[in-house]
Amino acid sequence: MATYSTNEFRSGLKILLDGDPCVVLENEFVKPGKGQAFNRVRIRNLKTGRVNEKTFKSGESVDAADVVETDMQYLYYDGEFWHFMVPDTYEQYAADANVVADAKDWLKEQDLSQVTLWNGQPLLVSPPNFVELKIVETDPGVRGDTATGGQKPAKLETGAIVRVPLFIEEGEVIRVDTRTGAYVSRVK
Amino acid sequence: MLAETRGFFAARGLLEVETPQLSAAAATDLHLESLAARSPGGELSGWLHTSPEFPMKRLLAAGSGDIWQLARVFRGAERGRRHNPEFSLLEWYRVGWNAATLMDEVESLLRVLAEGRVELAAAQRLSYREAFARHAGLDPFEAGAAELAGALTARGVALPPGLEDDLPACLDLALAVLVEPALDPSTPVFVYDFPVSHAALARIRPGEPPVAERFELFLGGMELANGFHELGDPAEQQARFEAELALRRTRGLVAPPMDRRMLAGLAAGLPDCAGVALGFDRLVMILAGASHIDEVLAFPWGDA
Repeated sequence: MATYSTNEFRSGLKILLDGDPCVVLENEFVKPGKGQAFNRVRIRNLKTGRVNEKTFKSGESVDAADVVETDMQYLYYDGEFWHFMVPDTYEQYAADANVVADAKDWLKEQDLSQVTLWNGQPLLVSPPNFVELKIVETDPGVRGDTATGGQKPAKLETGAIVRVPLFIEEGEVIRVDTRTGAYVSRVK
Repeated sequence: MLAETRGFFAARGLLEVETPQLSAAAATDLHLESLAARSPGGELSGWLHTSPEFPMKRLLAAGSGDIWQLARVFRGAERGRRHNPEFSLLEWYRVGWNAATLMDEVESLLRVLAEGRVELAAAQRLSYREAFARHAGLDPFEAGAAELAGALTARGVALPPGLEDDLPACLDLALAVLVEPALDPSTPVFVYDFPVSHAALARIRPGEPPVAERFELFLGGMELANGFHELGDPAEQQARFEAELALRRTRGLVAPPMDRRMLAGLAAGLPDCAGVALGFDRLVMILAGASHIDEVLAFPWGDA
């Protein structure tokens, strides 16, 4: 298995720690005077999403994690798995609810998402930062209320509920920021 | 700043010297990586110095009197916010002085160079023991690796693998992550009287416990200078070199040749003296308000 020395750590590098794939966020080299040198590294565990700080003796080697990020098209949900396909190769992957997690609210058939594979298995699904989705259910807007900036809930074709301005109507397509779940604009 | 530094030493009567960067021998220090230099055909091979200490001690033994130099030095595998593998070391020696008098002179130099650039608070002096008692909550001369590990873990620093039975390295980590960040960045702080495990090339003063007559200066949240009341005993120096080389071999590190010419100099008689090496680029960082060493280097490693 490939290994990396702490001297090669830079942000974005994928390593294996205590059996979990992690990504290096920051690496600071510290050396007190003439003594032992250390690397203090901020790491995100790709399975749990947790950010941790770890200290290594400089020069220590750590196993590389076989992690690749690939853009894939979302195909369908079969009630248990979400299925994705690499558009160039038609290779298909099935991801369960743990992997898809909150991304399920934003997956629309044919749309591209970034799927992180670890040892060839889906580990994470990251939807695009912005998605355009159709409103399937919302209360009719009340004219004249637009100036108050009031909002109402709206159900999207993926099942997600977002808060939209009162003038938005059923059947319209809106743009949503998937990082915050917030309405951005109406799409004509 | 270079002109002011030259003026400072000229006014005090120190002789500016130059010594070789390329040498047949190298530092044996466990934590220094000397760079090997070799001509393509292999006729010439040597080592780039990590500090000009050894040849400067030969000059002192030969009767040079007080000397100083600003040397470009090389240390492999050191790269970060405060490290570049090639950097400038300001190193000087005072005959007949000890660590305390040399700390005074380091502070004087700081004041001269800081004048009109940054405000410096009055310097503080803290023994290694006081510094740990105050900022790590333990006695570095009594604590074992387990107690240090506990103090580090309590502050959110898990002990890295391989440190469980390496007390000197645990002390280094505690100094770097518990003590150093707790020191006021605008106050020059001299930490002195190190454990004998950290003597390097310093004299040991007998006592209970014995201490190494070594000091480090911290300013701007980093270690800026390292000084010794210099060890002059050639037999003890050779024993330390040999112990370091043996440890390097057991750890699978390169064991470069020890500097026997420097040992011969000590045998001929090194005058009682104190010496200090100051990271000049770091001092420029502090005086220029830079947060990364790359900001004060024309072409840092990676662009050199």
